[in-house]
Amino acid sequence: MNNQLHDYIDNSLYRVKLENVFEGPMDLLVHLIKKAEVDIYDIPIAKITTQYLQYLEWLKQMNIDFAGDFILMASTLIQIKSKMLLPASTVEEDEDPRLEITRPLLEYLRIKSAAEKLAERNLLGEKTFVRKAETNFLENVKGEQVIRIGLFELIDAFQNILNKATPGHRVDMSGDRISVQERIIQLVDLLETKGSMTFDELFIDYREKLDIIVTFLAILEMAKLNLINVVQHVQTGIIRVFYK
Amino acid sequence: MSEDPKHIIESLFFVSETPMTVDTIKNILDGETAAGIKSAIDDLVTEYEKRDGGFTLKEVAGGYQFRTQGRYNEWIKRLVKPSAPRLSKAALETLAIIAYNQPIIRSDIEHIRGVDSGGIIRMLMERKLIRVLGRKEIPGRPLIYSTTKTFLEVFELKDLKDLPTPKEIEDLSKTKLEDESDSTK
Repeated sequence: MNNQLHDYIDNSLYRVKLENVFEGPMDLLVHLIKKAEVDIYDIPIAKITTQYLQYLEWLKQMNIDFAGDFILMASTLIQIKSKMLLPASTVEEDEDPRLEITRPLLEYLRIKSAAEKLAERNLLGEKTFVRKAETNFLENVKGEQVIRIGLFELIDAFQNILNKATPGHRVDMSGDRISVQERIIQLVDLLETKGSMTFDELFIDYREKLDIIVTFLAILEMAKLNLINVVQHVQTGIIRVFYK
Repeated sequence: MSEDPKHIIESLFFVSETPMTVDTIKNILDGETAAGIKSAIDDLVTEYEKRDGGFTLKEVAGGYQFRTQGRYNEWIKRLVKPSAPRLSKAALETLAIIAYNQPIIRSDIEHIRGVDSGGIIRMLMERKLIRVLGRKEIPGRPLIYSTTKTFLEVFELKDLKDLPTPKEIEDLSKTKLEDESDSTK
């Protein structure tokens, strides 16, 4: 039996070498269970734990750095193994201790299968194509001149909007204030349907100073996150924001 | 002068670069009911399906769009440059976790995958497949992620309900049983 096991491990390590290093501890565990051809609801913990630790040892020998995630999984396995060694009466809960690992494994397998299904679909740009699949706005308006604008033009435009803000308004402390994050979500929703909006349009719903500032911060944050392109039309000077 | 609305709609689909919804068409055509437009679209879909040519009218991301048949992708790839590198296995897994469990925070994603997923999440954001939906009101206020319309377009899905159901895990659970004594040894 022991020899058999060793043969098996040597074998699987060899395989592992061919298949490259695993993505994470879950991947490794799935691999070991599949190779052992055991029921996922009845995992031979001792055997799998030994193989798991052997694999980590092998990683060490190969001088491959592995993340703490692998160690965490190893400790979980060992904990389950020790729980199973206890006589049934002293284990308070009736639950099979192996469920602690079975449940996440099932969830992970479900996701793996979902990912495979997704990959099989008619992927846009891979399997199926549409007319002008990649629309790059800046190329589209080659005829008209637009420039990507800098921060100072944006601040100028912001000043103009601020000047138009309802004057003399007292700050209302009671009302719910919108956060920059919430405003980003709103703007993304708007831009997702419209594609692009002028700078002024982005401020239409909000006339109060604080809201205008929040909107401006949201625009800056979105530009930083690379969610939008901010361009200015050379002739008219209108600033437009494009959702990328 | 009355034109067949079906042909007008067809011309719109031909020009449109993004999936077009019944609502968009309704705003363009005057005096057509949504039901009338829907039945015209259905007619078109069947016509193209019957023709079985180079492309079909596909329902995708809440609208309809002309798309080439999958079987001609090799030829098309000789014409157009690939738009983006293929998604890795890890990226697809992360995307699947978000798609099936959204809205979801990063720690839950990493809990399922068992590895740090920050880099992959950032890449998926850059490719517009996922987006931030807000922050969860728990300590640390982590960001909440969800999939985008682009995700539906790229994976040719009508809506989120159209997501494929993951295969049950038969191959693992019905394999041979191990001796119980072996596991407690």
